This record gives sequence, C-alpha cells and structure tokens, in this order.
Amino acid sequence: MSLTTPSTVRALPPATWGRVRQSRRNADRLMKVTAAGFTFLAIFVLFWILGMLIVKGLGGLSVATFTQITPGPGSEGGGLANAIVGSIVLTFLGIAVATPVGVLAGTYLAEYGKKSKLANLIRFINDILLSAPSILIGLFVYVIMVEPFRGYSGWAGGVALGIIAIPVIVRTTEDMLRLVPGPLREAGAALGAPPSVVITAITWRAAKSGMVTGILLALARIAGETAPLIFTALNNNFWFSPTLSGGVSNLPVTIYQFASAPYENWQQLAWAGSLIITMSILLLSIVARRIVRGSK
Amino acid sequence: MAAVTDTMTGPAAPVIRKTPKGTFDVVFRNASLLAALLVLVLLAGIMLSMVIGGWPAFREFGLGFITSSVWDTQNEQYGAWPAIVGTLSTALIALVIGVPLSLGIAVYLTQLAPPWFKQPVSTAIELLAAVPSIIYGMWGLFVFVPLFAAYVQIPLSNIVEGIPIVGTVLYSRSPSGLGILTAGFILAFMIIPFIASITRDMLEQIPSVLRESAYGIGATTWEVVRHVLVPQAGVSIIGAIMLGLGRALGETMAVTFVVGNANRLSASIMDPGSTIASRIANEFNEAMGLQLNALIALGCILFFVTFVVLIIARILVSRVKSY
Repeated sequence: MSLTTPSTVRALPPATWGRVRQSRRNADRLMKVTAAGFTFLAIFVLFWILGMLIVKGLGGLSVATFTQITPGPGSEGGGLANAIVGSIVLTFLGIAVATPVGVLAGTYLAEYGKKSKLANLIRFINDILLSAPSILIGLFVYVIMVEPFRGYSGWAGGVALGIIAIPVIVRTTEDMLRLVPGPLREAGAALGAPPSVVITAITWRAAKSGMVTGILLALARIAGETAPLIFTALNNNFWFSPTLSGGVSNLPVTIYQFASAPYENWQQLAWAGSLIITMSILLLSIVARRIVRGSK
Repeated sequence: MAAVTDTMTGPAAPVIRKTPKGTFDVVFRNASLLAALLVLVLLAGIMLSMVIGGWPAFREFGLGFITSSVWDTQNEQYGAWPAIVGTLSTALIALVIGVPLSLGIAVYLTQLAPPWFKQPVSTAIELLAAVPSIIYGMWGLFVFVPLFAAYVQIPLSNIVEGIPIVGTVLYSRSPSGLGILTAGFILAFMIIPFIASITRDMLEQIPSVLRESAYGIGATTWEVVRHVLVPQAGVSIIGAIMLGLGRALGETMAVTFVVGNANRLSASIMDPGSTIASRIANEFNEAMGLQLNALIALGCILFFVTFVVLIIARILVSRVKSY
C-alpha cells in the first residue's frame, strides 16, 4: 500500500504559511461546494422528471384510463386497460421464467460451486449479462423465437424480459445465501439432512427476505423495459389473445408509439402511462430497499 | 458411557453414517448446475445469434459494412459508419459530462454529507437509475430539447458561426434541439447513478486509518480526496467509468427520442445523428430481407464493443454490488 505524500503539505518556510493555508483552504472549499452542487443537480433532475410526469400525467389519468382499451389512430378517447394488463402479464411471465433459473443458479454459485473455476466463470459472465444492453437481448429472442415461429408473441416478450431478469436474481440470491452463517448449515447436516434438504429447508428459509428482494428488484428492472419488447411482444390496440400469440399490448411500447404521435389523446395517454409505470417502479425499488435494510 | 449401539457385545465397530444421497439430492444438484450453465449458454447464444443473423450483411459488404456511410434501403446498400460514430460520440459526451458529476456525488456522499442526510441522498441517486429509459427519452424530447434549442443552440450558433473548427463542431444548421450533444447529455444523467454508487462503495472500502493519518498531518478534505482516496480507489474508479460507458453505448430508448435519427454523418455535435441502438429500434419493425440482416449485423458490432468494454470494467471493479 503506497501512501503518496500530499505534495502541498511539504515543508515550507514559515513566512509563507499563511498564504499557503489560505490557498489550500480555498481549494478545499471550492471542492466541497462543487461536490455538493453536483449532488443537488442530480437530485434536481430526478425531481424535475418526476414533477414533469405528475404535471403532464395527472391530467391524462381518469377512470377511462383503466377501463377502456387503447384508441386506434385518429379515434377519440380511449384508455390504457389492455396495455396495463398486458404489461403485468408480460412482466410476471418474465419473472416466472427468471425466478427458478436465477434462484437455482445463485444457489449453485453459493452452495455447490463456491470458489471453483466454473463458478468464477459463471459469476463473471453473469455480471457481464447484468449490464448487457437490453436491445441485444431483444434481438436475440427475435432470432431464436420470433423469426423461426414467424410471429411476434407474448411468449417471446416474456422470455426476453426473463433473460434480463435472470442475472439480477442470480446475483442477489448468491449474495443473500452467502450471508447465511455456515454453522446453520452444519447444524442441519449434523442432523443427517442431505445437502439439498439443508439448502431448501434451512439456507433458503434463512435468506428468504433477501431473495424476495432480488426478485422485486428484477421486477422493477424489467417493468419499464421497452427496447426488447419492440422486437418480441410488439404492441397492438386491442385486447391480446389469451394464448399470448400475436402482438401483446403493453405500456412501454404504447408510450413509445403514442408519445410523438400527432394525436392529442395519444399524447395524453402516453403521459398517463409514463406516470403509472414510473411510480410503480419507484415504489417497487423503495420497498425492495426497505426489505434489504430491515434484514441487515 | 452410553453406548451408541444397544447391543452390549464387545466394542462396537464405529458406525459411519453416510449422508443419505437420495434421488432428490442428485436432481437438485444437477438442476442448480444446469441453471448456472444456462447463464453461459445465454451469453454464447446472444453472440452466436448476432453473428449468424448478421452474416448475410457481413458477407455482402465485407469490411465495407463498417467503413461505408451509405444507408440506402432503396438500393440495398448498408454501411455502419455513421451509427458507429454516433454511438461512440454520444457515449463520449456522456462520460465527459457524467464522470465529474458522478465523482463529485461519490465524494459528497462519503466525505461531506451529514450522516442523517446520506441515506435519503443515496436513495434519490439510486432512484435516478430506476427511472425507465423511455421516461428519460420523453423528458428529453418534451422538456429538455425545447429549452436546449432556445437557450443553448440558437445563441451558441450565432456566436460560433464562421469561427474555424469551433464553428463547425458547435454550429447547428437547424436548431431543433435534437442531436448528438443532446443525446449525450441525457445519457450522462442515466449513467451517473451507476458510476456514483460504485465509486461510493469503493471509497467506503478504503480503510479509515489512511484517511485519518492524512488528516493527522494536516491535510484538508480536498487533499485527502485528491492524494489518498483517489489514488487508492484509482483502478476501480476507471472500472466504474467503463461500466458507465457500457451502459451509454447500448442505451436505446432515451437516445432514440432525442438523437434526431439522421442517417448522415455531420461534423457538428449539434446536428442530428443516430446510434447503433437507435437505428435498430427505429427501423427494425419495417425492415425486411437484407436490411434486417444489416440491422442484426449492427447489433453484432454493438455486442462486441460493449462486451469488450464490460469485460475490462468487470475485471477492474471485480464484485462490487450493482444491480
């Protein structure tokens, strides 16, 4: 560990002390003000965005927003009912795909693989997937599901969202399982329980709230994803078919299509949809953070 | 001595109880291994699908696909150069604006903020990451773009017009507010929470003895940050910045809203352009045949660029929490 000597603190003739002290104090003050200013600028932008959503979105919210389906081009009124339900279905489909895979993979890393080469590689690749651009995952699902089956579908959308959610769940599951103290596992093993039973009945139970948090974070992550849905679930202005074949209406793509359209009711709905989706995601994130802090 | 065995005939042979290995045990272990391997398969699958899907375009145009600036759907001529330049320049602008802001925020959170204030401020910064990309796009298009056009582009264009170099780079021919610089600016705010929170975690991990000893010889807070904390966290901060770069390169929806989606290359950062991601998002649903392959080939280029950036980032930052 090398501690570089602060260049400004070297010995100086006493006569210059006052001046040096002053310039150092000024540099210090300037840095403090700048750092605080930057922080408030970032917070200001957050509140600017939230304020804009509330101002423009509240006007578009009405009972019709939740009861009527999205209007076609040029038609009056309309709501977001089909898009809201479609988004919920796609998001939960994504979580349903990602949870078993993510939890099991996280369990492998924490309980079986530990520090083996394979586990380290998987951990590394998982971290890469965690920050991979979501548009690429959309393209991937397009190539493996939409093109071969000749059609956009809710299933493809759900799989795309699931692939985005998997690395988040793997990461949190592993982190949470690692926090479970070893003696707890040893106690289970001492009673004669096989590893699988120790993991499912003891370790998972002890890490439950943390693992749920991971799933909530993944939910928050995929709920607003737009790019992967453009290539997979697409969108439409009707109720989607219960088999989820064909385009499935969803909030993010609806917002994307309606926001810059020339129809006033479309723009209103885009703002209302943005308000709904952002507030749900922020609420989810805050709840997830609360759980993490509560369990520590 | 209580005997373990209930037969009292002679010294009992030690009963070694093996852990029971039921079928569930084997199934569970293999299922978890399979799930973990699926992570590898996913990345390999993404890589393969991009290469195979984009292959017809690479075969048709060869290296010219990367260097050509023509994007002509009528004559089936496709070149990636303007999109590559747009991707790199928006990401670079995002870093130039976002990195100082992020570092300032990390320093404020770890060194300056009063203890009761830290938690709400970090939550607010993290919520900045939770806001969906499409919302940044709408904020950019409807709020930021008009302000930017009226108060920055028009006055600035009047000032720089005719000046060599600066007059080219900063002059906007049609001051609509849309363009490469606008996209870079919006991206900056999207990557701030990632860089700031990783840097904060890094600064917090530095042993406080180092900080205390520096304060002990009379260093000011700024000197502690500059000469102790930054050199200590140096490499990981570069990793955090590269992680932000990875985000900025692949960001789609926000950029699509504000970049202007022009297929031409312009020397001015005030003019509309396009990025790889925005071009794919824009044209994909109307694309057919070779155009579709060309778009997937763009995705392939994006994949390899972000892949390299993210690998370097992850090696430098190894295992800091970020979701």
